[in-house]
Amino acid sequence: MRVYLDNNATTIVDPKVFAEMVPYFCQMYGNPNSLHEFGSESHPALRKAMDQLYAGINASDEDDIVITSCATESNNWVIKSIYHDYILNGDKDHIITSEVEHPAVGASCKFLESLGVKVTYLPVNTDGVISVEDLKNAITDTTALVSIMWANNETGMIFPIEEIGAICKERGVLFHTDAVQAVGKIPVDVKKVNVDFLSFSAHKFHGPKGIGGLYIRNGQPLSPFFHGGEHMGGRRSGTLNVPSIVGMGKAMELAVEALDFEKNNVRRLRDKLEDALLQIPEMMVVGTKEQRVPNTILISVKGIEGEAMLWDLNQNGIGASTGSACASEALESNPVMEAIGAEADLAHTALRLSLSRFTTEAEIDFAIDVIQKAVVRLRAISSTYAYAPEWHVSKL
Amino acid sequence: MAKNSLIGGSIWEEYSQKVQDLMNHPQNMGELTEEDAKNMGGKLIIADFGAESCGDAVRLYWIVDEATEVIKAAKFKSFGCGTAIASSDTMAELCIGKTVSEAVKITNIDVEKAMRDTPDVPAVPPQKMHCSVMAYDVIKAAAASYKGVDAASFEDDIIVCECARVSLGTIKEVIKINNLKTVEEITNYTKAGAFCKSCIKPGGHEAREYYLVDILRDTRAEMEHDHLLAISNSKIEGSNTVNFDDLTIVKKFQQIEAVIDENIRPMLVMDGGNLEILDIKEGGDGMSDVYIRYLGACSGCASSSTGTLFAIEAVLQEKLSKNIRILPV
Ligand SMILES: Cc1ncc(COP(=O)(O)O)c(C=O)c1O
Ligand code: FES
Repeated sequence: MRVYLDNNATTIVDPKVFAEMVPYFCQMYGNPNSLHEFGSESHPALRKAMDQLYAGINASDEDDIVITSCATESNNWVIKSIYHDYILNGDKDHIITSEVEHPAVGASCKFLESLGVKVTYLPVNTDGVISVEDLKNAITDTTALVSIMWANNETGMIFPIEEIGAICKERGVLFHTDAVQAVGKIPVDVKKVNVDFLSFSAHKFHGPKGIGGLYIRNGQPLSPFFHGGEHMGGRRSGTLNVPSIVGMGKAMELAVEALDFEKNNVRRLRDKLEDALLQIPEMMVVGTKEQRVPNTILISVKGIEGEAMLWDLNQNGIGASTGSACASEALESNPVMEAIGAEADLAHTALRLSLSRFTTEAEIDFAIDVIQKAVVRLRAISSTYAYAPEWHVSKL
Repeated sequence: MAKNSLIGGSIWEEYSQKVQDLMNHPQNMGELTEEDAKNMGGKLIIADFGAESCGDAVRLYWIVDEATEVIKAAKFKSFGCGTAIASSDTMAELCIGKTVSEAVKITNIDVEKAMRDTPDVPAVPPQKMHCSVMAYDVIKAAAASYKGVDAASFEDDIIVCECARVSLGTIKEVIKINNLKTVEEITNYTKAGAFCKSCIKPGGHEAREYYLVDILRDTRAEMEHDHLLAISNSKIEGSNTVNFDDLTIVKKFQQIEAVIDENIRPMLVMDGGNLEILDIKEGGDGMSDVYIRYLGACSGCASSSTGTLFAIEAVLQEKLSKNIRILPV
């Protein structure tokens, strides 16, 4: 059996999504900007996709949902264009974000810092969430933007977006949220929450890779990131990726339809897995079940380094992920883990398991069995549990 | 950056088969107890290195025969990724049957080489080299413990990287043993500098007493100095302590002169000619270009640009290095 428990990294394309995309490769392949029928025959499908996207996050017709190549582009665009539009001319000089953003936000902010912008990285508590009080205290008259994610990719923890939005509105500061891990997992409604910009990415909700979007409230100006042929009303140039847009629209529709399933069924399987793993001694999960998106568990397995755990799971056909240092190309330990910071050990013993609506009960039962066995094997190797006579002063 | 680095690979693809097999079935994993030591008639030695909070840790057990100092048994327990487990396992294997003094000579390179499938393909990717360094460090700790060296003398060692708990001694040794040239390599081999980065260069999170950039520069200078000393101590002729290609230009000149004096000049002089060395240049291709001028009778002789030239080149190549090229001016 092969079990995919890394859905926060990417998801399987829903076969229904794939089926919608197929005609736009070899049959209706025209450039939608062309005058002839080859071009215009894709328009109905594109309009439908836009409808699906607007409905998915409850956007108003006055708002823009600009199609981008991925959420990384959306995040870069907001942060760098805010710099061009509000900071470069001397009006503002400050951006607020959190310590646990995805690198698409974090590294963009670091880049602006290197250009002289002041950036505040709000710390998080042991559950990995920022405090609204800290945010209030950090906002100044020269703050140009607050960028705080809706849900965290490692922990699954949901941030107090409604409150943050209200504070930003009250203080007159623009607010961007990276909602990549929220869309398709929990309701995202831009009428209930005051956000000026919101990023999302299709491949996290069973759509294709390499396509995403940036929601922009009610004509809010933002210099383009891609200049060129005036596509997307001049906001983002580049020939429209017709099949992917069609696929993203369908994926959004299906994901929103499945939100109840996500909340009940995916959540039930996630909780079953979590409860079973917590039966093993010395395991610790970050954050409460209620505060998390329904599909994610970040669990610390005492005495077992994350990559070693992934190795054993992979040997048994299970794909998961770890925030640990060793598994990344660079040796840095995971900044989210460091930020949570309760115990440094956590940074190296984390195991992230993320489900989707395609995960089955049989798969979860199999995973529980495999993880239990891996814990036994690897703890037997681990120096954390190793014998030493009384005279030995442990240095570990 | 180039074609092969654009689509990042999985580091697991770079683990040798041996590393993978050891990860799945470590051979020397386990514990040794006082009981085992008594049964084997040896002394139980336990040494720890690393820390869970730094991402890897290892405990090494030895049973040493006190009469012969031979390590009769070695086992390990390790917190770490697959390569840490495989490296610890290999390290324990290499210790068995050696004396304690022999075991301290095992370097991280020995451990890494022992895990290769083929002699010239590394067993692990660069950023995993620190696992084999940890194996090397724990042997030293075990030896110190056996020799009764106060464990405190290790703790006194200056810690350069607080995050990864790497000492000045380890960093300098690893630079020398592995001929490291960049700070990134130091990080790959020791983990120093992988976390808060304060220890890399001044101006980080917090000020430190030692920085990797300075240690690297000073250690490289020390190595260069030692190298020059080795060269000047080596005898001009028949020297085999230092490779001709590594010599300074001055030393190369002296050695070439010596060979020419002994093997070539006598023949030329007999024919009423001679030659002088004008210059030596190191070509970018690793060749040493020796510019010569024929004197006296040789200068007009037709064979001086062909037969004689080949003869001179052949003698120098045989005596000194095949990377010598003779260019008559
Ligand atoms: C929170 C978050 N933001 C942004 C991204 C980047 O998305 P994309 O792959 O579309 O660039 C990811 C995905 O890894 C993510 O989890
Ligand atoms: S002190 Fe070296 S990385 Fe922090």
